[in-house]
Amino acid sequence: MPINISSRNSDDRLKSKVHEISGEQFQKCYQCGTCSGSCPMTEHLNVFPRRVMALLQLGDKDALAECNTPWVCASCHVCMVRCPRGIDIPRVMEALRQLKLRENVNQIEPSQIDKKEIEKLPQIALVSGFRKFTS
Amino acid sequence: MKISYYPGCTLKTKAKNLEVSALACLDALGIEYEELPRWNCCGAVYSLADDDLIHMIAPVRDLIRVREQGHDTVLTLCSMCYNTLARANELMKNDEEKRNTINMFMDEEPDYAGEVRVVHFLDYLRDDYGWDKVKEKVTVPLAGMKTAPYYGCTLLRPGDVAIDPPDHPTVFQECMETLGAEVVNFPMSTQCCGTYQVLGNPDAALKISYDILRDATGRGAEALVLTCPLCDYNLGRRQDEMMTRYDFSTEVPLFYFTQLMALALGVPAEKCHFELNREISEGFLKAKNLLVKASA
Repeated sequence: MPINISSRNSDDRLKSKVHEISGEQFQKCYQCGTCSGSCPMTEHLNVFPRRVMALLQLGDKDALAECNTPWVCASCHVCMVRCPRGIDIPRVMEALRQLKLRENVNQIEPSQIDKKEIEKLPQIALVSGFRKFTS
Repeated sequence: MKISYYPGCTLKTKAKNLEVSALACLDALGIEYEELPRWNCCGAVYSLADDDLIHMIAPVRDLIRVREQGHDTVLTLCSMCYNTLARANELMKNDEEKRNTINMFMDEEPDYAGEVRVVHFLDYLRDDYGWDKVKEKVTVPLAGMKTAPYYGCTLLRPGDVAIDPPDHPTVFQECMETLGAEVVNFPMSTQCCGTYQVLGNPDAALKISYDILRDATGRGAEALVLTCPLCDYNLGRRQDEMMTRYDFSTEVPLFYFTQLMALALGVPAEKCHFELNREISEGFLKAKNLLVKASA
């Protein structure tokens, strides 16, 4: 799939927001793909982390909005410990999640979770899930 | 010297088998500890947003409680609590600007600058207590048991709080070998179980948990050994779902490492609460003649 590079669809505000929230220099990414090769979730992603970094460098807001990557990321930090450029990619994913959540859009609805499921789930699952998926 | 003990929410409710067996181990090893008074939830995950300091308050408060208790070390059992407390501690130690903001915000608390040491039971045993001393206390070696120690993520990543090298850890294997168990190494022992994706993308979490179990058993493991209640949920409680979804017919018994350690240290099986594990787990130990010996 070609990426359409144009200053007209490059969103500088998005880039600076992600930089501000993540504290990470995603421009340093040189596209080696170690993150995608390490990610345990790739079979459930529609866009791999390497490409997410490229889209971010280009400020391609529309393409990024289509990525399920931040929502499938489990913050396991394998990509981060292996990144040769020292980029904390889970922080970049967190920033992409936060941009959405801070618009008061929940990714999951706590009230919709089956009561029986809640009784079974350990507290750390609920607390961490709500931290990652609700505003 | 006495150390503080931080239990965390899950150990008081859904993972009592982890807490009760661990405390029995501490007693059997002669390690003096004191549970933190007024501890609160650590927040389960460390905040990854640079502008979000409010979620640092909970873990930092816990660390301040440790200092108030007069101890310099806090022991954790749950991997997620370990990670969250250890990372918050590193932040307070190394980031002056954020430390000042947090301290100023918590004006009712004394200032904190990362003076406490956060340890997990595994690295505490290795670094402070010593495997040799543990070995001396083993009365029921776990002979004939092929165990696969599963690390998961939060004990090993990120690097600044890793209890062992993230890509080549050995501490868990050393622990199981000390207890007399046979260790099965498997590549997926450090791969994520899906953690909180059990809420967001339950199918994805189920699939990678299934892959982990298949990898371990494919290399001859008879049981998985864990440190984290969320790994136990994904890899253990969800095995019924795996059976209906995948080519997965043989249940895999799972244990917290503290349960097996307690058995090896001669703690009565009742104190290990195997009835809270998957049903197959207790039967597995009976078949290995480990329960009988421990109760005798």
